[in-house]
Amino acid sequence: MDVELFIPCYVDQLAPQVGLASAALLERLGCRVRFDPRQTCCGQPFVTSGAREEAARLARRHASLFQGADAVVCPSASCVATVRHRYTDLIGEAEAKALAARTFELGEFISRVLNRRDVGARFPHKVALLESCHGLRELELGWPSERTSRAPGVGVTESLLRAVDGLELCEAERRDECCGFGGAFSVEFPELSARIGRAKLAALSASGAEFVTGTDVSCLLHLDGLRRRAGAGPRPLHLAEILASRAGA
Amino acid sequence: MSAAFDRRAAQLLPAGDRLTAHDSAVFALRLKRDAAGRAEPDFERLREQARRIKAHALDHLDVYLERFEARAQAAGARVHFAGDAADLQRIALELLAARGARRVVKSKSMLTEECGLNPHLERHGIEVVDTDLGERIVQLGGEPPSHIIMPAIHRTRADIGALFEREMGSAPGDTDPGRLTAAARRDLRARFLAADAAITGANFAVAETGTLVIVTNEGNADLGMALAPLHIACLGIEKVVPGLADLAVFLRLLARSATGQAISAYTSLVTGPRPGAELHVILVDNGRTRLLANPRHRSALACIRCGACLNTCPVYRRAGGHAYGWAVPGPIGAVLAPALTSSDELRRLPFASTLCGSCSAVCPVKIDLHDQLVAWRGSDSPRPAGARRAARWAARILARPGLYRAAGFAARALWPLLGRSFPANPARAWLAARALPEHPGASFRARFRARSSAREAP
Repeated sequence: MDVELFIPCYVDQLAPQVGLASAALLERLGCRVRFDPRQTCCGQPFVTSGAREEAARLARRHASLFQGADAVVCPSASCVATVRHRYTDLIGEAEAKALAARTFELGEFISRVLNRRDVGARFPHKVALLESCHGLRELELGWPSERTSRAPGVGVTESLLRAVDGLELCEAERRDECCGFGGAFSVEFPELSARIGRAKLAALSASGAEFVTGTDVSCLLHLDGLRRRAGAGPRPLHLAEILASRAGA
Repeated sequence: MSAAFDRRAAQLLPAGDRLTAHDSAVFALRLKRDAAGRAEPDFERLREQARRIKAHALDHLDVYLERFEARAQAAGARVHFAGDAADLQRIALELLAARGARRVVKSKSMLTEECGLNPHLERHGIEVVDTDLGERIVQLGGEPPSHIIMPAIHRTRADIGALFEREMGSAPGDTDPGRLTAAARRDLRARFLAADAAITGANFAVAETGTLVIVTNEGNADLGMALAPLHIACLGIEKVVPGLADLAVFLRLLARSATGQAISAYTSLVTGPRPGAELHVILVDNGRTRLLANPRHRSALACIRCGACLNTCPVYRRAGGHAYGWAVPGPIGAVLAPALTSSDELRRLPFASTLCGSCSAVCPVKIDLHDQLVAWRGSDSPRPAGARRAARWAARILARPGLYRAAGFAARALWPLLGRSFPANPARAWLAARALPEHPGASFRARFRARSSAREAP
């Protein structure tokens, strides 16, 4: 299967290893992976900071670049959620729907399109899952704790982790409480963002996890910044890095 | 605004025990709501039904308001319409003054908080006593409620013990909830008996029968209106529902969503005044028809003020209700503020959210709260000139891959500098609480290209 990688600007610049791990993983699963270097940003930071015009400009640009792709795969749930849920307002319904139907978060693509659970990874460590809010609620990669209808079973991200050889999943208290990053929010509300993040980090630490993983690099970078300031806590690793690993970190 | 909100939160709810206590007390309500929702097999169906009933009622609000007015008047109530807060203040004061009423007992109403009714009446020499225990606590403390159903949730037991000792002469150092409640009860009982008038809110107004539905856990609204010769009920025009049967949906959702109770302790249906007494209903607009005319945001008028979105909100729990700066805090407050208030500061409230989406997921009437927060940010919120400029420049760079690469290259070269503190550092907000990420090395695109060319090399 041909896959166009959608590597968001901040992953490209700040977490290149996540992009590489995504490419390696998809190739291992038999995909032909391409990356169009004209891509930059899907517009998410502009949507959430109220810069509508700029968001629309970048959204149109992003949509035109990925027009012909069979599948667009991205290791960032919030960017996929932006394409899927915010583009209608920005580029019109027809084009937005067409792109949304072909754009997938990495784990979602592996699970729902390639129909794989076990990707042959080995990671003999204790890991806590940070269910990033956009992936959890807008892409439905898991089951939000506040939902009152019956759970259908294990979520997409968790099921991939459960199939990793040697990996022990640790459950943190308030497992899907927001980490407090929120993009623009963390800039305008630094104290509140840090408060929420510190509580999250404390809960993750208390779970006994050595690593915390998730589908959004932004949440992980935020927690990592707090962790390195605090001097302790589980180390963040993106889902792609764990699924791509063979012999352990 | 945002900086002020962030600072207010830090001051009003200092980190440490007070913050932890607030967060835990509020989150406990969320957990009770989850359990109650799961124990009710129809919960999800009820939410969808409630959404539809409210959407229908709002689509035909003119019809249902007139019907309510006619039926309520036929039952002996007088119905008044108030265009704004000043109208409400004037009508309520006139009703009280005409009957020489000086002492008022009042039960909870977020609308009267929104419209500043208490201070207005007090300025005109009327004593207003809030009779909901939480409301009484914040009233004695000289502060506004911080939560729409738990007005004093930001206060600890010790705070309340000290306050009651000062205000009601309870035993020094007593923090026992039972004894403090008894002290408040004794104090309030005398005021109930002496009251000239009772002011209440209403949770629903039933058009079919002209009935007001008033829900409390303490029975304070009931006692007030059962004793005083004059009952004034103040409610927003959006509270009207078509028929009595609709209550079977809303009453099953309201308490479960608010506190996890199957139903509140007291649910009173008031149709007309009691014999020998007067009932006046004041229906208040105060910006609601303007919101009704806004197709993107009108569903926010469906809110039944249960507080579930506050309880689940990670920002509300860490900021406290007072940080929001107006009567309705939390996600629903941030969604209503741009429509119902006019200050630039309050119209920026939609930014006070991480957009985690949990508010939309718990709302009993399925208001798309976090989507509405995004929509407000992009439409009506006043954005500072600096932010506008920054967005324009950032978008220009991001629209050109060459410029984008150059910016990334520059950031890498200057990386060590970004970790230092200086006023123009673009990473300043990040560094306030976090360490700079480790130097990322070459970008993904550079490495991917290198990898591809290495493979293509013979």
